[in-house]
Amino acid sequence: MTMKRRRAVFIAACLLPGLLLFALFKIYPTVQVFHKSFYQWNGIGDKPVFIGLDNFVEMFQDDTFLLALRNTGFLMLIVPIVTIAIALINASILTRSKLKEKSLYRTVFFFPSILSFVVIAILWSFIYHPTIGFLNSGLEFIGLGEYAMSWLGDQRTVLWALAVTLIWQAAGYYMVMYMAGIDGISPDFYEAASLDGATRLQQFMYITVPMLWEIIRITIIFSINGVLSISFVVVSIMTAGGPDRHSEVALTYLYAQAFTNSNFGYAMAMALFIFVISMLLAFLSNRMTGKEAN
Amino acid sequence: MASIPGAFKPAKRSAGAIIGIWLLRLFLIAQAVIVLYPLIWNVLASLKTNQEVLESPWTLPSSLQWGNFVAAFTSARMGDYMLNSVLVVILSMAILLVAAVPTAYVLGRMRFFGRGFLTNLYMAGLFIGGVYIVVPLFIMMNELGMLDNRFWLSAVYAGGILPFSVYLLTGFMKAIPHDYEEAAMIDGCGYFGTLFRIIMPMARPGITTVIIFAFFDFWNEYVLASTLIASDAKKTIPVGLSNLMQIQKFATDWGSLFAGLVIVLVPTVFIYVLLQKRLTQGMMMGGVKG
Repeated sequence: MTMKRRRAVFIAACLLPGLLLFALFKIYPTVQVFHKSFYQWNGIGDKPVFIGLDNFVEMFQDDTFLLALRNTGFLMLIVPIVTIAIALINASILTRSKLKEKSLYRTVFFFPSILSFVVIAILWSFIYHPTIGFLNSGLEFIGLGEYAMSWLGDQRTVLWALAVTLIWQAAGYYMVMYMAGIDGISPDFYEAASLDGATRLQQFMYITVPMLWEIIRITIIFSINGVLSISFVVVSIMTAGGPDRHSEVALTYLYAQAFTNSNFGYAMAMALFIFVISMLLAFLSNRMTGKEAN
Repeated sequence: MASIPGAFKPAKRSAGAIIGIWLLRLFLIAQAVIVLYPLIWNVLASLKTNQEVLESPWTLPSSLQWGNFVAAFTSARMGDYMLNSVLVVILSMAILLVAAVPTAYVLGRMRFFGRGFLTNLYMAGLFIGGVYIVVPLFIMMNELGMLDNRFWLSAVYAGGILPFSVYLLTGFMKAIPHDYEEAAMIDGCGYFGTLFRIIMPMARPGITTVIIFAFFDFWNEYVLASTLIASDAKKTIPVGLSNLMQIQKFATDWGSLFAGLVIVLVPTVFIYVLLQKRLTQGMMMGGVKG
């Protein structure tokens, strides 16, 4: 009996610190997001007023929010596809070829994924800088000076410029994941394929990609979620949503609504909406890629 | 090489292979340059005068401007920010380990009512990123008087990475054979003794992996730090840097900004080079194979 009690006390003591942290800094705020998104709440001292679904209705009449949503959608579409493609190609080159220095490439390519987003955002602001940036001066150097432009200041290029930054940041991370996966594929498959005369490209398309499909599916979801949160830091430092809101993303707009305009209820409704959308996207991509594999 | 006559068939084939390898190599080197050049440029720019930074991004500094680093530490307060960052990383790590290791142990190795539910609850926590809940977190911490406080910021960090850490550590805990605990119990080692003296040393690879991931997460975090800390004296390095960036946009005194960036990069590079292998291995365990 005392043994049993001692065991119960031990279990409780082990779980308590974690549960306290988790409840206070994760569960409670999450519950608040769900709850307060149905309230109008304009500032710390203000009393929240229940307004039902009004926040959600307002969202779809808010042009800036819709633009931010479109920009986010653009990044969520382009960045994962290109990142995963580059990562897959590099991973299969590094695992399937006999280059002596391949571990060096792995070390270098993975490096951006441990850098602070702030550092990355500042560095890339200077790459794109209209006067001192080395993208423009590089273009001039190779005689394409006429294409030099203010990459972050032009609404036609700003999202692409941000997308490149996000891809630069993440490609090495997924590459390492795929390399682990490829290491797990039996070399017999490749041997048999090359005996049958399959080219490297065919081996990539018909062995590597199908065998990695489960990992690819997971990384698509990782990448979609990653874009959502990293774009927040990158946009707030590199463009602040400019020019003229053309690089505003959902989370920067939400943040500004909360902390600049004190529209707490509205901001939480947006958070809930974006959360649900990203969950739906994850579910959808899972369903789509799952069918393709069958 | 291509002009070798057809009589040397094997040589010709290997010439093709060599060209292929060099094409691949060129492709990889080009990418390596794209990854590394911004960082090299940053180091060079941190040693240049303003004038040189403005002139060309390709030249070497004519003389090394160590004064930029002095300015970064003094007028730009990088030293203070760095101390804050170190403090927050240490605090967060301590809180995280106190919370995560026992939780993972109990969830991974003991059977009790509610275990499945708790495991799923932590799993669900994996999907709730900091940016979604930053608004209610700010309001709650304001009400509880927890804002502008490095300890509570650390607690938020620890809570943020807790689900991932529990998830990763539980896997490690499950892999330890049960015989060890039974033997320890028979030897009169209590529950806590077993955890600290038997299990923790055995789970060390897992704990190290968690520490490495948590380090990068804490050291680089920006959104929460910029929201939950208000006074300049308590800011961490990423926030300090982004402030510096906003100021330098108008002041165009680039030197100390670039020096500041280098100051942030150095510990990251150092730890990365030291732990690179374990990091990529850990990523495979935590990220994919579970």
